[in-house]
Amino acid sequence: MSTARAANFVSSRRILLWSGIAVLCAWVLAPIYLVALGAFGGRSAVYLWPKTGLPTGLSLEPFLLFLRTEGVLGSFLNSLGAAAITVALSLLLGAPAGYALARYNFHGKDSFRLMVLLTRAFPLAILALPLTVSFIRLGLYDTVTGVGLVHTVLALPFAVLVTQGIFLGVPRELEEAAWVFGCSRIQAFFKIVAPLALPGIAATAVFAFVISWNEVFAASVLTVRNRTLTAYLLTVLAESPMHYRFAGGLMLILPSVVFIFAVRRYLFAIWGISSK
Amino acid sequence: MPNNRTWIPYLLILPSVAFLALLFVVPLVQTIWLAVSDNGTPSLTNVQRMVGDLNFTRSVQNTFLLTLAVVPVQIVIALAMGTMVAKVAAGRETILWIWTIPLGISDLAAGLVWLSILQNSGYLNSFLYGLGIIERQASWLSYQTPFPLFLGIAAAEIWRGTAIVMVVIVAGLNQVPKEYREAAEIFGAGPWTRFFRITLPLIRPALQSALILRTVLAFEVFAVVYALGGRNFPVLVGEAYNWQNQNQNYGVAAAYAVLIMLVSLAATMFYLKAIKVDPERLP
Repeated sequence: MSTARAANFVSSRRILLWSGIAVLCAWVLAPIYLVALGAFGGRSAVYLWPKTGLPTGLSLEPFLLFLRTEGVLGSFLNSLGAAAITVALSLLLGAPAGYALARYNFHGKDSFRLMVLLTRAFPLAILALPLTVSFIRLGLYDTVTGVGLVHTVLALPFAVLVTQGIFLGVPRELEEAAWVFGCSRIQAFFKIVAPLALPGIAATAVFAFVISWNEVFAASVLTVRNRTLTAYLLTVLAESPMHYRFAGGLMLILPSVVFIFAVRRYLFAIWGISSK
Repeated sequence: MPNNRTWIPYLLILPSVAFLALLFVVPLVQTIWLAVSDNGTPSLTNVQRMVGDLNFTRSVQNTFLLTLAVVPVQIVIALAMGTMVAKVAAGRETILWIWTIPLGISDLAAGLVWLSILQNSGYLNSFLYGLGIIERQASWLSYQTPFPLFLGIAAAEIWRGTAIVMVVIVAGLNQVPKEYREAAEIFGAGPWTRFFRITLPLIRPALQSALILRTVLAFEVFAVVYALGGRNFPVLVGEAYNWQNQNQNYGVAAAYAVLIMLVSLAATMFYLKAIKVDPERLP
């Protein structure tokens, strides 16, 4: 009798746990599903009333129509370009710094770490405001390169902290062994350390990509004709029909979801490190 | 490491130091100077114009109310997610992946997603109509409905921003040794006592990080608001954007930027003081 009651108690707690989990999963997924209905349903679906939440009358046509709208493809390519610059620069500049923090003790190490951590206390995208003036002077205004540079400011501190954690995870002994066997430092790095750190560095690259891909403010302030996808959508928002807005939203979401899926194994390890 | 190569680490950090000096420190100083100068001489004209602007008080209020409403909810949901998923063995990875999806979604996209739900012929109205609560399409995102608009923006922000808090907190929870909680259980501590006396104090560093990150991001709220309410709900960053792009007044835009930075910095200081993290006890 009492064991039966205990078992009941346990299973009702399991039910509670799983319904909580299910509710939170639905909370995340349902809105994405609904915007996808809006993106593939076109004009008729937007004004359908009342809506049921079931997929009716969907076709690829409304979404393709959006892709063919003037400016969409160009801004999509600009977004890719800015993200590529961000990835390349933040890894190129950030990974050596991360390696230095992981392997060496030097004067100023703490101040450098502090400087990197401090960037977190500032809304960095706001810095794009004065940069418009300097960028106009330097010919970087309204260019993908300019946007990429500002996005690198957002991604670089993150890249430094994360690559530090990744290099800390590669045993120092392996590197020292390579030196003993006659490798130079640089050879040892590229033959021993780099291959072991590669998956983590790839994950860092994906994060830098997502940071740039999603950024709105700096891209909108720094471009007029060469807009990124986010900046383009922001400026045409008021005059574009509802189903175009939903198509734009879905187009922004899809790549990031794929990339977060690709790095899901690293998410928690990376944030465990960089939250210190 | 041999001592005769002390220049190596400096060579390695030099590029990022130079880059951050050029594109972080210089614009930071420039923003401050732009805000407190007029035609090259120190002046508070920009600050006065900002404070005297019709939307100033509303944008300050809106930004703060939104932050106060959104951040605590995100922390609670994230803690719930963390403790729930810790009790699950099979399917843990999938659940965590689903919960991290919003991490890759921009605030603009989040605004557009919630627009599909909250617009006049959207899913919320259809749902309410189906239940017989409303008789015709109600409008939630207009100038006349500030409170529903606020709730809609808050929902979109909570939907999008909880993932990052969850990731930081789960990473923190992973570093808490199981033995602590088991020991507490042996000594008779119930689940709530274990949570408040053992788990919560031990994940302080993660909690602090999450709070700083989320609060700074909440003060930066802009595109979500723009996608849902246009200019019906002024916020600080939105005002900075309008002064720069529509009014072409870089000085007032910079004044807004400095205000946002000061508020973010103050919040960070507050969290660093309020949630003391003993460096020796870092896991």
